[in-house]
Amino acid sequence: MRPFQFVRADDAATAVQTVTANPKAKFLAGGTNLVDLMKLGVERPDLLVDLTRLPFDSVDVEADGTVRIGTNVRNSDLAAHPAVRNGLPLLSQALLAGASGQLRNMATVGGNLLQRTRCVYFQDVTKPCNKRQPGSGCPARQGDHRNLAILGASEACIATHPSDMAVALAALDARVAVSGPDGDRETPLAELHALPGEHPEQETTLRHGELITGIAVPPLAYAERSAYRKVRDRASYAFAVASVAAALDVEDGVVRDVRLAFGAVAPKPWRAHAAEDALRGRPATAASFRAAAEAELAAAEPLRDNAFKVPLITNVVVRTLSDLAGETS
Amino acid sequence: MTIRVTMTVNGEPLTADDVWEGESLLHVLRERLGLPGSKNACEQGECGSCTVLLGGEVVCACLVGAGQAEGADIVTVEGLGDGEQLATIQQTFVAAGAVQCGFCTPGLLITAFDLLNRDPDPSDATIREALAGNLCRCTGYEKILDAVRLAAERAR
Repeated sequence: MRPFQFVRADDAATAVQTVTANPKAKFLAGGTNLVDLMKLGVERPDLLVDLTRLPFDSVDVEADGTVRIGTNVRNSDLAAHPAVRNGLPLLSQALLAGASGQLRNMATVGGNLLQRTRCVYFQDVTKPCNKRQPGSGCPARQGDHRNLAILGASEACIATHPSDMAVALAALDARVAVSGPDGDRETPLAELHALPGEHPEQETTLRHGELITGIAVPPLAYAERSAYRKVRDRASYAFAVASVAAALDVEDGVVRDVRLAFGAVAPKPWRAHAAEDALRGRPATAASFRAAAEAELAAAEPLRDNAFKVPLITNVVVRTLSDLAGETS
Repeated sequence: MTIRVTMTVNGEPLTADDVWEGESLLHVLRERLGLPGSKNACEQGECGSCTVLLGGEVVCACLVGAGQAEGADIVTVEGLGDGEQLATIQQTFVAAGAVQCGFCTPGLLITAFDLLNRDPDPSDATIREALAGNLCRCTGYEKILDAVRLAAERAR
């Protein structure tokens, strides 16, 4: 690993200033992705600014039911928090479906949102990759793309976003609190990650030096009837091949409202608005759930080796929503 | 820039000098504090052979920066027994034949120790999930599960 400088931030403003002043500086939180990528030579920062002593480490439920989560809350602590475990099962389940105990004990909220793709070409510095080295090309389109995107990709890049947590948060309309050189702002999670287009190296709408300080999950009346279902190549400790976060509100056998987001199929956590629109007001049956998934996947552009994800996601949607409908009827 | 790092390791306050803040906690433990029990394998947080308790929680020491571990309370495999007698989980690893090449053993012992502290009577599914972050390339998992079950039994 290349030598780098390391400083510990004592307050957010100094952390922001320090990183803003140095184009090759990066924020460090749990280190479960950044340190890994530094060892592979994919990330090559000159300076790491350690955020782990900053006070963004609490989960607070506000009077209106909004859950505010500090960026430094560890994945395992967040999954176990009563407001999440009981009130937002899809989020708790998504967190526990990710990584291993060791990694969940270190990984933070902000770091999880900003983790990089697991595309093998991105992680191998001897290979071309438009995301790592703009303009160098994308071998994945013809090469190993079994676990890459079927939605939202571009000619330049078909990488997927690997987070489980972010898929649940996308379904919940989470907002991201950001502190930057020009002050604080809040952005919908839906606008945090950028689609690759011609610039896959621009993965987020954050500017250099902007720091995620936390997220806010607005109240959702039927969030207790929600689930996260993840399909992977082995039963534990693997990234998703396809995943679905869902919350369902059924009355008299009819879908009153629904939230759906897909993981491991797109460059960002994929909120399935078309599926939601197709489902509202329809009977809560497997046939409706299937039709809704198909409405979303009409835009899918699968490649040679990942076309299986289209029926797979469809089946996971049907299964997840059917289970939730069973609970609510 | 180098710093002095002070940590409590296995109940004992220890100090390491001339530490580069960017080096890993694992490196500090193994190369500076004379505690080579925690193993250095993948160095990417994938294999769990460097698992230690940091503030009472299992983590991969290879991914923790020395500067991040300043002031922390660490338990390594060297701290499980009392110097004379092995801890129960160590005894049952021996009794069950859960050790083949031994490289994954220290990490697995720490993870299993932590599991049994949290859940003294874990189901098989719980054991499997808890140990998912510790890879045994000899694939001796069945004996490892036996050892954890046996330790839970002996504690009853």
